[in-house]
Amino acid sequence: MKFSESWLRTFVNPDLSTDALAHLLTMAGLEVEEQDPVAPAFTQVVVAHVLEVVKHPDADRLNVCQVDTGNGPVQIVCGAPNVAAGLKVPCALPGAVLPGDFKIKVAKVRGVESSGMLCSARELGIAEDASGLLVLPADAPVGESIRRYLDLDDTLFTLKLTPNRADCLSLTGVAREVSALTGVAAVYPVVEPVAPACDARREVVLDAPEACPRYAGRVVRGINAKAPTPEWMQKRLERSGIRSISAVVDVTNYVMLELGQPLHAFDDAKLQGAIHARLPKAGEKLLLLNEQTIDIDADVLVIADDAKPLALAGIMGGEESGVTLETTDLFLESAFFTPFAIAGKARRYGFSSDASHRFERGVDFAGAVRALERATRLILDICGGQAGPVTEAVAALPQRQPVRLRTARVNKVLGVPFSAEAIASLLGRLGLPFVQEGGDFVVTPPSFRFDIEIEEDLIEEVVRVHGYDEIPAPPPVARAAMLPMPEGKRQIQRLRQILADAGYQEVVNFAFVEEGWEKDFGGNADPIRLANPIASQMGVMRSTLIGGLVATLANNLKRKQSRVRIFETGRSFHKDAAAQPVAGYRQPWKLAGLAAGDALPEQWGSAARKVDFFDVKGDLEALLQPFAARFEKAAHPALHPGRAARLLLDGKEIGVVGELHPEWVQKYDLPSPPVVFELDLEPLLAGRLPQYAELSRFPAVVRDLAVVVDKGMALQSLLDGLKAQRPPLVQDIQLFDVYTGKGVDEGKKSLAFRIVMQDTQKTLQDAEVDVALQQLVALLEHQFAAKLRV
Amino acid sequence: MQNLEQIVSEALAAFAATQDPDALEQIKARYLGKSGQITELLKGLGKLAPEERKAAGATINQAKEQVEGALNARREAIRRAALEARLAEESLDVTLPGRGETRGGLHPVTRTLERIEALFRSIGFEVADGPEIETDFHNFTALNTPENHPARSMHDTFYLQDEQGGVAEGVLLRTHTSPIQARYMQAHVAKYGHLETMPEIRIIAPGRVYRVDSDATHSPMFHQVEGLWIGENVSFADLKGVVADFLRRFFESDDLKVRFRPSFFPFTEPSAEIDVAFMSGALEGRWLEIAGCGMVHPNVLRHAGIDPEKYTGFAFGFGPDRLTMLRYGVNDLRLFFDGDLRFLKQFV
Repeated sequence: MKFSESWLRTFVNPDLSTDALAHLLTMAGLEVEEQDPVAPAFTQVVVAHVLEVVKHPDADRLNVCQVDTGNGPVQIVCGAPNVAAGLKVPCALPGAVLPGDFKIKVAKVRGVESSGMLCSARELGIAEDASGLLVLPADAPVGESIRRYLDLDDTLFTLKLTPNRADCLSLTGVAREVSALTGVAAVYPVVEPVAPACDARREVVLDAPEACPRYAGRVVRGINAKAPTPEWMQKRLERSGIRSISAVVDVTNYVMLELGQPLHAFDDAKLQGAIHARLPKAGEKLLLLNEQTIDIDADVLVIADDAKPLALAGIMGGEESGVTLETTDLFLESAFFTPFAIAGKARRYGFSSDASHRFERGVDFAGAVRALERATRLILDICGGQAGPVTEAVAALPQRQPVRLRTARVNKVLGVPFSAEAIASLLGRLGLPFVQEGGDFVVTPPSFRFDIEIEEDLIEEVVRVHGYDEIPAPPPVARAAMLPMPEGKRQIQRLRQILADAGYQEVVNFAFVEEGWEKDFGGNADPIRLANPIASQMGVMRSTLIGGLVATLANNLKRKQSRVRIFETGRSFHKDAAAQPVAGYRQPWKLAGLAAGDALPEQWGSAARKVDFFDVKGDLEALLQPFAARFEKAAHPALHPGRAARLLLDGKEIGVVGELHPEWVQKYDLPSPPVVFELDLEPLLAGRLPQYAELSRFPAVVRDLAVVVDKGMALQSLLDGLKAQRPPLVQDIQLFDVYTGKGVDEGKKSLAFRIVMQDTQKTLQDAEVDVALQQLVALLEHQFAAKLRV
Repeated sequence: MQNLEQIVSEALAAFAATQDPDALEQIKARYLGKSGQITELLKGLGKLAPEERKAAGATINQAKEQVEGALNARREAIRRAALEARLAEESLDVTLPGRGETRGGLHPVTRTLERIEALFRSIGFEVADGPEIETDFHNFTALNTPENHPARSMHDTFYLQDEQGGVAEGVLLRTHTSPIQARYMQAHVAKYGHLETMPEIRIIAPGRVYRVDSDATHSPMFHQVEGLWIGENVSFADLKGVVADFLRRFFESDDLKVRFRPSFFPFTEPSAEIDVAFMSGALEGRWLEIAGCGMVHPNVLRHAGIDPEKYTGFAFGFGPDRLTMLRYGVNDLRLFFDGDLRFLKQFV
């Protein structure tokens, strides 16, 4: 809602500066989003009459003018191409300061004295036009300040109105609000009924009375549609952001801005029979004023005559029945359409209009005829013609149920004591009619308010006018029960911190991704697609976080960041009919990461090498502590088949880790394969309450054991076998070396283990140790075809 | 005894002349060894008359002690010199950088969310979470925003495709974190509804939200954090108190100005927009919109099965992205979602 301050002040004029008025509105919930002066500051510019124009003796493009600025003729040199004797133009007098701190002095221009400057609109900062002088109407009074003459000491207010305050979508509405807030009485336009001067009329029929319970119309005959819109009206419309179109259209817009009632003018010659407010018939189409042809949906109310639909009721008129400059007879519409009938309909067709904006929020259902009379008067004044009688049809209008406001409830909700007297006074200022019953107020909301249905709505009104700032803000009093702190759980913060401490940087990637990423990194050919994506490369919901990480890597490589270690936590999205709590969509949290480039930051102290599978596996093992996951070779669409593992915790798969598949390394143009991982977050949040175990008082014996096995044998199977069948003395078995090369046959590898043996009851004897070792060796030889390496 | 003096001075000179511990021990042997010169003199004492023996013995022993003292001093000097040589040899350029991994860091918005969570935990708020693909019901209807409510046009909503390529019914990407309110209240009532008086609800719910909007100041995915406090006597004044306290603690600025302006949200009544103004820095004195809040609408409480006559409460929603920008002076929202390590590493 945009309007000029000076127009508002014709209705209510509190003794407040522009800034104070804007602040008042903002703090009452009518946020002044923008506040722009109509013209920048400048001084001493007056209306001047050009008396005589003579060529400058020494300059082709300059003229020497005699100009009357109100105090007799003065001489001014002017370079504007359109200067001519007889014109009225703005003139900056000596001493004037123009926008940009441009000071005007008496000066010689090419040897000729010049006492001032004739100005273009651009020089005054009021328009972009710099092509010539700003030509003023012939009746502009010479010597009058141009600021006063053009009403430039005015400010444009743009209100950002919330959808509940439809009552402020007009000048009189805002004035009513200012009056309530300041106590200064508002003066509203006096609207007298226009007596019919002819009997031309059209019947109106409410075929859908629930959607349109009131429709008033009137024929105006014999108008001159080409009559110019008066300057004052044009200016007010312009300053409200509405382009002047023609006198009739301008009047309908003007009355809408003034009173909040959208109006529509039909060309009466194009209508046949009665006017109906009805639902469409199957297959009806309409060409709208915005040149869009639409198929009218079954639930969209139309205004029709006996033959055809004419307009989308409360939304937009039709092209064919609209007024033109040739129109001589009008049919003016002023109706009430219910918010429910209009809401969302314009949006469905991809546009919005001033009318639909108002109707879907609520228009004063008692104001239709008044607005119609107001518009008739203005049209007759500007375009001439004879008005017919008002035809009006009324069905069941909205009911305004009384709302009870209890003083005690006000105090409970607001947390500060309000007396009944204070509440009565605030309601009175708002013009909300009420009956007092003890400490209760029974308020009947007026027809222009659509936002007062329950007690809380009135509490808001009370505190709004009282001032939100007046409510104190002490720290609240509450029961100080402690929050649970489960030690057997880890917070997600902890996981993030572990990864950050291991050198990974957290990133946040979009949850909607390229469809191709889903295929490449998730093997997902049927992702969840957005119906209205912002761009095709953000078209589907991710089921894996890997795509975003790879893209982040690629972007950083472009920025010369060659070593990249990143992670992200976020939800992934999967089609799953059985999912809860949103049926059809499983949305588990994931923790995913990527490491690429050097294993360590570039440094002198360690030989450079690329990060590999085992670097990242080590990071994951640390992340999982105190739990140890099993890593099993696995196939995954994103990963190198020989260098990928799935992680199992208590036998349950919790994620994958591996080198990116060489195919994607090439496709996504990466210089070396990154190692990526993706884990389910939920199992990682498990923790363990430590439980003390008795320490043995007897020394441990440590022995090393090296065996040669087939190169393809997975360590895990061997360890599993050893651990399952180890002699009781053996406490721990750790691999400490893997070796292939000289001394080990082709196709074999040597594994070296450190064996820790201990008895909790006594000191071990050498013989016992030897027996245990021999048992281990035997196990290795029999079950794994291992040979002891000597 | 001229000879003895000479022996001592020779010994001392010999000790002093050597740098080598082995050579020193050989020199020692020449004087104090089994057949060393001083040892020989001591052996010769027996040949002296008893009356001379005592004086001579004392003299020789004195000389021996002098030599031994010099020997020990020399040994220590040589050991010390050797140690110093070794230390000099072993000295490092301690200005060379340390070895190994450097730390990564958290995303700046995560930093903010963790601070928010910690501040609210300190007054008894728990953290709640909810789905990002949300039902239309929880995102709008349960929050008093029925179909076709004009407030729905304030949110440009992402919808999903159904299997036929049309728009899937009843689901969307949540446009705010407020549906978590609705879900949490329902769960709370299911758990405690049988009690005469339910325990208070005090939660904050951070998360990612989605709107069809993308320009310099809007991202189609961004963060919100929702707060909710429901109890028997939770008032608008409490709302103001909590929010003002939070903002001053979050920005660590006691003179931060906070103001509440009437606003509109379908799920709160009365509703307010919260502005802050800093008293110093680049944004000094400017009012900046920072959050929306209000008293939970009775319809929302009723939807969840909570009696609005008995319980009241407030809800608020902050934009952690904006809080992060203000806190750390970040001037472009898009940086948060761009993954540029040069930017992110500034927050380690």
